[in-house]
Amino acid sequence: MTGNVLRWEMNAFVGFIERQKNLYRRYWAWEAVWLLYNLVSVLSIGYLAAGLSTLGIERSKANLQQQTELYLLIGALLWTYLSMVFFEVSFAITWERWEGTIEYTFMAPIKRLTHLLGMCAASLIYGVLRAAIIGLAVVALFRLDLLRANWLTALVLFAAATLPLLGLGIFTSILPLLSPEKGEQMAFAVQGVLLLISGVYYPISVLPWPLRLVGIVSPLTYTLDGVRQALLHGLTLAAALPDIGILLLMGVVLVPASVWCFGRAEVRAKRLGLLKRSG
Amino acid sequence: MAIHASELNSAAVEVEGISKRFGEAVQPHRLMPWRKAKKPKLALDQVSMHVESGRITGILGANGSGKSTLIRILATLLTPDAGRASVFGSDVVRHPAQVRRHINRVSVEASFFKEMSPWENMLYAARLYGSGGDGTRDRVEAMLERLGLPLDTLDKPMKQLSRGQQQKVAIARSFLTSPSLLLMDEPTTGLDPRSKREVQELVRSIRRDRAATVLLCTHDLQEAEVLCDRVVVIDQGRVLAEGTPSDLIRAHAAPSGSLEDAFMRLTGKRLEEDEEEKEE
Repeated sequence: MTGNVLRWEMNAFVGFIERQKNLYRRYWAWEAVWLLYNLVSVLSIGYLAAGLSTLGIERSKANLQQQTELYLLIGALLWTYLSMVFFEVSFAITWERWEGTIEYTFMAPIKRLTHLLGMCAASLIYGVLRAAIIGLAVVALFRLDLLRANWLTALVLFAAATLPLLGLGIFTSILPLLSPEKGEQMAFAVQGVLLLISGVYYPISVLPWPLRLVGIVSPLTYTLDGVRQALLHGLTLAAALPDIGILLLMGVVLVPASVWCFGRAEVRAKRLGLLKRSG
Repeated sequence: MAIHASELNSAAVEVEGISKRFGEAVQPHRLMPWRKAKKPKLALDQVSMHVESGRITGILGANGSGKSTLIRILATLLTPDAGRASVFGSDVVRHPAQVRRHINRVSVEASFFKEMSPWENMLYAARLYGSGGDGTRDRVEAMLERLGLPLDTLDKPMKQLSRGQQQKVAIARSFLTSPSLLLMDEPTTGLDPRSKREVQELVRSIRRDRAATVLLCTHDLQEAEVLCDRVVVIDQGRVLAEGTPSDLIRAHAAPSGSLEDAFMRLTGKRLEEDEEEKEE
């Protein structure tokens, strides 16, 4: 890629982030509602764990209760972030179709990779900001024992998980290109399955074996498990390397594969005239 | 993207035998009797045409005649089933990236993020077309001023602008990217008379300045007669005739007819009849 081409693509990349920022700002009331919804969901899970003592757990097992509280809160907080990033990326096409701008964006003289990476970057920035706000509320409202937490390991796992998550998001964003009528609903279904099989609120060992097998190939499983181990038990970076490796490997496979599949889906949509049609 | 002298001497658009069909034939199935039989729709049937650089070429046809399908193929948003099309020598299927650098499109429906302002939408467009840095705001303001849009509309949400104002922003946005080929798909449809006249004046100024090649889809025959250097009459996906408006009038509506008379003679019906058929 020559310098000029790179500059051109970088400009467009910035354009997508800038556009999303403007959209979030213009739809601020909606965004505030979603933030409140996410916050309430996480707090509900936290209070559910805090209330377990009233269901018969003895005082002597207070430590266990605190561990449960932390276990569930970490799951809820991570799920909020991961599902939000997944949602934003996977709805990139749905949103443009809804606004009526899909043809304008697809007609632009830029690489599709730039388009998708720009959307991913905007989603990541926004996801981190929203998760940080919810995280601060959790820290303020719950007495969390994070003395043994290894923050570095948690952060590295968190970063490594982003790559396969983006791949999954791009894969899901293909669905509305394949089916303008049903693609959006299918994206919700994928999100629901990820919640079920990835061990967000429970270890996947409690799942029946067919679901457990699917859970093993979900990148979210390794992220949630690793981050929990790091924050609850101080998992060292060295000990987390296998999980980090698996996540990076999944990312290296999923991102290019999803971009390639997106390209094929775009060719098909242009052949069948599906780009414009709204559901 | 400015046109080069070499481009002025060449064809801006070459279309050879383009066909496009939508939908696959569905036959009723013995085991699925609820499935209705469907026929595929032939949108374009062996269309060939040639558009000269620096001119305004009109594509005349009723709704559903295939005009927008042709525009979408040239805009690399649809792939033809057969035939080939090229823009400034680049094939729309094999080299879409090169084609996209030359074109922009103003469509009948405003393709904007409706909550975002004209400025935010235009900044996004500028970014996609390689600019958007310093000086963009000044260029946008100058362009909107030229189009007669009050500058206080620049930061209001698009949804608060009238249809005419939105269409002017769409045209300004396409100018911002300096296309060599401007694809205008019914840019004046649904506009009030004043806005329509202003948009037409703008198209005239493009012709005066020879700033770009324009492919103008319209079913307004008066508009075509006044604005276009050449017109192509299209009906049910087929090209019926092409030439200058006066050539077509001479050939099909002599001795003292109008382009509308020529259109009626060629298609065997008035545009209004097509509209009525569509409504039924």
